[in-house]
Amino acid sequence: MKRKFSLTIVLAAALLALAPAADAQAPRIDVPVETIRLDNGLTVFLHRDATTPTIATNIWYHVGSAGERSGRTGFAHLFEHIMFEGSANVPEGKMDEWFQAVGGSPNGSTTRDRTNYMQSFSSSALDLALFIESDRMGYLLDAMSPASVDGQRDVVKNERRQSYDNRPYGLASQILTEALYPPSHPYSWPVIGYMDDLSAAGYEDVVDFFRRYYAPNNATVAIVGDIDVEEAKRLVEKWFGEIPRGEAIERVEAPAPVLEGTKRLVLEDRVQLPRLYMAWLTVPAFAEGDAELNVLARLLAGGRNSRLYRRLVYELQIAADVSAYQSGGKLAGDFTIAATARPGHTLEELERVILEELERLRREPPSAEELERIVNQYEMSFLEQLERVDLKADRLNMYYFHVGRPDYFNEDLERYRRMRPDAVSDVVRRYFDVDRRVVLSIVPRGRTELAIPGSAAIPADNLMLSPRGREAAAVGEPEGGR
Amino acid sequence: MAARGGVERMRSARAMEMETTTIDVAARRPLLAATVRPFPGLRAKPLLTAVTLLLGLAAAAPVEAQQRPDRSKPPAVGPTPELKLPPVQRMTLPNGLELLVMEKRGLPLVQVNLHVRAGSVREPADRIGLASLAVDMLDEGAAGLDALTLADRFERLGARFGVGAGAHTSTVSLRVAVPRLKEALGLMADVVLRPDFPESEFERLKRERLTAMIRRHDEPASIASALFRRVLFGEAHPYGRIADEASLRATTLDDVRGFYARYFRPGNATVIVVGDIDAATARAAIERAFGAWQGGPVEQERVEEANQVRGRVIYVVDKPGAAQSVIQIGRIGISRRSEDYYAVLVMNTILGGSFTSRLNQNLREDKGYTYGASSYFDAGHIPGAFVASAAVQTDATGPSLREFMKELRAIREGVTDEEVDGAKNYLAMRFPADFQSVAGTAGELADVVEFGLPVDDLEQYMRRVLSVTRQDVERVARTYIDPENLAIVVVGDRARIEEQIRAENLGEIRFLEVKDVFGEPPTALED
Repeated sequence: MKRKFSLTIVLAAALLALAPAADAQAPRIDVPVETIRLDNGLTVFLHRDATTPTIATNIWYHVGSAGERSGRTGFAHLFEHIMFEGSANVPEGKMDEWFQAVGGSPNGSTTRDRTNYMQSFSSSALDLALFIESDRMGYLLDAMSPASVDGQRDVVKNERRQSYDNRPYGLASQILTEALYPPSHPYSWPVIGYMDDLSAAGYEDVVDFFRRYYAPNNATVAIVGDIDVEEAKRLVEKWFGEIPRGEAIERVEAPAPVLEGTKRLVLEDRVQLPRLYMAWLTVPAFAEGDAELNVLARLLAGGRNSRLYRRLVYELQIAADVSAYQSGGKLAGDFTIAATARPGHTLEELERVILEELERLRREPPSAEELERIVNQYEMSFLEQLERVDLKADRLNMYYFHVGRPDYFNEDLERYRRMRPDAVSDVVRRYFDVDRRVVLSIVPRGRTELAIPGSAAIPADNLMLSPRGREAAAVGEPEGGR
Repeated sequence: MAARGGVERMRSARAMEMETTTIDVAARRPLLAATVRPFPGLRAKPLLTAVTLLLGLAAAAPVEAQQRPDRSKPPAVGPTPELKLPPVQRMTLPNGLELLVMEKRGLPLVQVNLHVRAGSVREPADRIGLASLAVDMLDEGAAGLDALTLADRFERLGARFGVGAGAHTSTVSLRVAVPRLKEALGLMADVVLRPDFPESEFERLKRERLTAMIRRHDEPASIASALFRRVLFGEAHPYGRIADEASLRATTLDDVRGFYARYFRPGNATVIVVGDIDAATARAAIERAFGAWQGGPVEQERVEEANQVRGRVIYVVDKPGAAQSVIQIGRIGISRRSEDYYAVLVMNTILGGSFTSRLNQNLREDKGYTYGASSYFDAGHIPGAFVASAAVQTDATGPSLREFMKELRAIREGVTDEEVDGAKNYLAMRFPADFQSVAGTAGELADVVEFGLPVDDLEQYMRRVLSVTRQDVERVARTYIDPENLAIVVVGDRARIEEQIRAENLGEIRFLEVKDVFGEPPTALED
């Protein structure tokens, strides 16, 4: 149907460059963004950067694995794959062919909260890129068939085998996810999904999911690079303006998850060295405490002078590696510390040192020098992101998704620049309760004595199946599906 | 490490590092999305104007309704934009150190890479791993600063600093904001000119490596790559040998000092500077930091070319319980200086160097055997590996080998004009994006230095790719792809794949265990 549309100009932006700031060594970041919103609800961010004759487009659909229904885990990501299989006016295979001919390698990714689609290509091809992106937003189902679903289902199952089932320690993230969140929470299953659920997904699921979530009012588009902003706006109107608005989308909500007690688990895996994982529930991305938790991750395990690296790997030499990260989503967040024991050392030794270091932070804030080191590293990361049009485009969508505006670089960085050392200790005191955590030992087969004492064994068979499928397999019922 | 709650996406380490809040992402194309280049080997490495917006409030005048867009055919693409690079200043300092500078204005960043012409190919046969140990020792203590102090100084400057040894070249790299360049360069010079090589750190590094030698037994892809190279080049060739416990234990700090003294000289090194700095300022800064360094050129012995693969043997490494089989198939390919380089680049893009390549379309999109199949040519100083590879589901191991063989035969039968045009455009049009960052630009310049290419080679790249013809592609396919003479490595669950592989009748099968590749894992970390 033909629609009238209006273009809402939300912002006219300003100069590019790093304006000298009070501290000559602390540059302000200028990313002038023009935002428009079409009548159908599509929000578009435009930013010109003509460093090279390259343009990046990046589109976020605000649905991820948290939007999946029961028995269909992994579907948001499977759907991501299907989005590359052609649409009404882009025959199967042509999307990749057309993008490659202008230097692009289209790709996508799925998280708990969102799915994105991105490519960088020659500045001569914006018209083509927007034609393709709009065609799959508007007319995907015209080209969809049960066969395309089957084909990508096999590819995704192999992705799962390659990235999880056949990778040393590859199942840790799934196990932690299942242990941290109650089964009713939409973050309690892995983004990749379970094999039996992937088998069960059908063509009708594709139709439902597309109609529900893949509408212009549930998406944002970032166009960054060697563009003429006015021309880009015209092309956005031309290609996306006719796509009808979808139904209003109910946002996934979930009560804040709570861990009641400490869960100790052990998995036997095809590995040589045992590894310890400890995880806590924390806060969503950009919530109060999120920046402090990011800093904490670096303070503990970012670089040679980080506390856990220094003690476990460098001084005591009882660990081969250590890592720590805050993983904040829209609904909740969690923090994981992982360390691999060196031969001859137990996971208990690692746990003791990790808990000691957390305790020390609880009592005593980090030094100003430690914080300065981390903040300066963050500043560098920001500069590096600004070098590349693809990274900038993704950031605009990310900031908008979490904080409601695309140009949040300086405010984001300010979270770190303004941080007081004691704020880091605060988050340790608040979130790192030794009596409310998940402790996972992954040990070589037959070596459960290397695990943290008192750990419950996880049956290694059938972990590729959903908890429901595992129960059925345990009592000898067929798995179902293909 | 994979973030929790998500599907790990394969990205460059740098991108991961930057990603602080959105790490749980799922890629659909691992092999091809992992790097800017699908086949890293072939190209030799290949105020705030507070834009606060109140969405939807500032309503503009409605734009007049337009015609519904014509979707019947894809819109035309504009003329190919030219890649215009700032000029490269190339000079030699009085002490013999070569310097290349590209002024790249914009963000206040500068990249400084020091390349020394020495790598693993210079290791004695009983000191495998020496080059990387020696180079890693550089920042373990220098000019009286211990390892942790050095790391702390760099980090507090917000600098990215790294050292690493490759096959032919060792690199010390620095990226820093311009106002902090001077201080960071001073530290970098300490590391390069005044390393202390402390004994305790040396022993620590050796223990770390022993631990890594244990862990590599877990990695099917590492097992496959190591064995494939050994089969291809032979155990005695620098490209084919595998670091082992005996070599590591035998390596002494004197070996490290000797390697350093022999190769780390200004006459054997090049510095590449790219960023928000002019050539004169860059030269002055480099002279200040590295001017006192002394030492003339080093005679470079030639690395012998390996013998080409004859016949077809399938090596099967048993990995009981593996959910997939890792397959690597190939032979010896080309060198970077080969006149067939650009034609091979285009040919490989069609065969396995892009998402739409024949291998990926067949094994992934048509058959669903794998998450991705690809191929690449490792084009270095001497002809390197050509390898086609995939991780395939266990029950499709035999059928996957069949499809690999089918495609290796088919590429010799000819290609279409559409394929050739598509591949050429893909390679040419994606090239400019490599120059967005100071690190990417410096990486491109490193190829120029390493292979002794003219400085204008980079600007000629697009033209050279676009001038490859279909006849060139078909000729190099017949020259370099030889399905009768191939090394084939499969790492998987022997009990479930042996019969499948036999059924393909590809040639002699030799069965190995992981310890036949890597030896027994070290059992003790102390001497």
